[in-house]
Amino acid sequence: MVPASASLHCHDTRSLTGTEAKMAEQVKLIGSSNSPFVHRAAVALRLKGVPYEFIREDMSNKSELLLKHNPVHKKVPVLLHGDRAVCESLVIVEYVDEAFDGGPPLLPADPYDRATARFWAHFLEEKCLKSLWPALWTEGEVQEAAMKEARENLALVEEQLREKRFFGGDSIGLADIAGAGLLGHWVGVLEEVAGVRVLSDKEHPALRRWAAEYLANEAVKECLPDRDQLLSHFSAIRDKCVSVAKSMLPK
Amino acid sequence: MAGGEASGGEAGLTLLGLWASPFVIRARVALNLKGIAYSNVEEDLSIKSELLLKSNPVHKKVPVLIHNGKPICESRIIVEYVDEAFGAAGPSLLPADPYDRAVARFWAAYVDDKLFSTWRPVYGGRTSEERVDAATQAAAVLETFERAFEECSKGKPFFGGDAVGLVDVVLGSFLGWLRASEAMCGVKIVDAARTPLLAAWAERFCALDGVKEVIPDVQRLVEYNKMRRNYLGLPSLPPPEQHP
Repeated sequence: MVPASASLHCHDTRSLTGTEAKMAEQVKLIGSSNSPFVHRAAVALRLKGVPYEFIREDMSNKSELLLKHNPVHKKVPVLLHGDRAVCESLVIVEYVDEAFDGGPPLLPADPYDRATARFWAHFLEEKCLKSLWPALWTEGEVQEAAMKEARENLALVEEQLREKRFFGGDSIGLADIAGAGLLGHWVGVLEEVAGVRVLSDKEHPALRRWAAEYLANEAVKECLPDRDQLLSHFSAIRDKCVSVAKSMLPK
Repeated sequence: MAGGEASGGEAGLTLLGLWASPFVIRARVALNLKGIAYSNVEEDLSIKSELLLKSNPVHKKVPVLIHNGKPICESRIIVEYVDEAFGAAGPSLLPADPYDRAVARFWAAYVDDKLFSTWRPVYGGRTSEERVDAATQAAAVLETFERAFEECSKGKPFFGGDAVGLVDVVLGSFLGWLRASEAMCGVKIVDAARTPLLAAWAERFCALDGVKEVIPDVQRLVEYNKMRRNYLGLPSLPPPEQHP
């Protein structure tokens, strides 16, 4: 199936180029619009100008399609490109950057800059997110300890963002995709549902500025879920958030 | 650089590490397989050097690769960096095709996210039960890797095909500790009866030049674990009696 927005000049005697052939292969994204991880994959596709079909997954009743293509984790997002399934949101972002030529590169060309981008993407994913979750959803001393760690991690991100517009430089890159949606849009909702404040204009001005710039991007706006929808979703699964937070604590 | 540090071989490379760390071993294997000279610095993690703290202020951990004064941190990131910065040196650790690269990255991440996290209590668990449970679960995770090996290798000797790839390096660097687990808590993790392809791959990988020199002996690792457990105030737990 040929995507409408791709212009392909097909001559009888000339076959499609590699890129055109790839573009012509159907791209599907299996996900839930409430997931910040699915958002990462969607943003990458839109920034690279790749048309795709969004397959809405009901996470409380997982489909055969999802289980078939992500048997290891059984999670979203899953990117289907022709007959290939790519899982794990940051792996998907790198895949989209490498498989499709359109749009600005999501990772820089220089190996050292690439290592730096991966470092911060990984930091935002591993340290920030994993300390944020218990900071939001646990209580008492446990929460105090988690909050301290979360704030230390956020301070490191804040420090980085004083020096740069995006982690990717002038344009949105891997590390921005890893963290800006989460910290700029999802965290506000989670703070409201949990009744806990983690970010503030006073302590995180650079982070706020970065998130605002990210959220103002047209490609980002197109795949950002409505705030009220998120509020309603996370309010409904509050208990699950609490149990996940508990399971993340060191034993 | 401050006086005292070696200039780090022709390429200006220094690796801050520790012989026992499976994460550091990844960096060493990558550099060794690509034939790249580097200065290997053993850190004492109880008294971290100024250079380490300055080079990895965020995590304060090893490995750190310093290339012409610029630090690269996080073992999987270092392996990809070595592959990209020294592209002309030796075979690529990552394949050319974007999908094959995605598959390699997926399994490399799974080693840390699932296998290592499951295995950790073998090292630092407070009770024998915790250690045995962790080792038993780690052996189960290896069954997933057995299937991954089948898919990725497509009948060839390594996850990377004919030559060593990212997953070989990331998982393979862990083999010293996986093998040591039986001596530590009585549970065999790499078992030819359960995961025959992986067991054969493990032998093959550990025999490679550039790898065999940096995978520590089981006995040395067992002693190191005893020493660290003692230092951390953890009970010394001898493994259960082996039945004939």
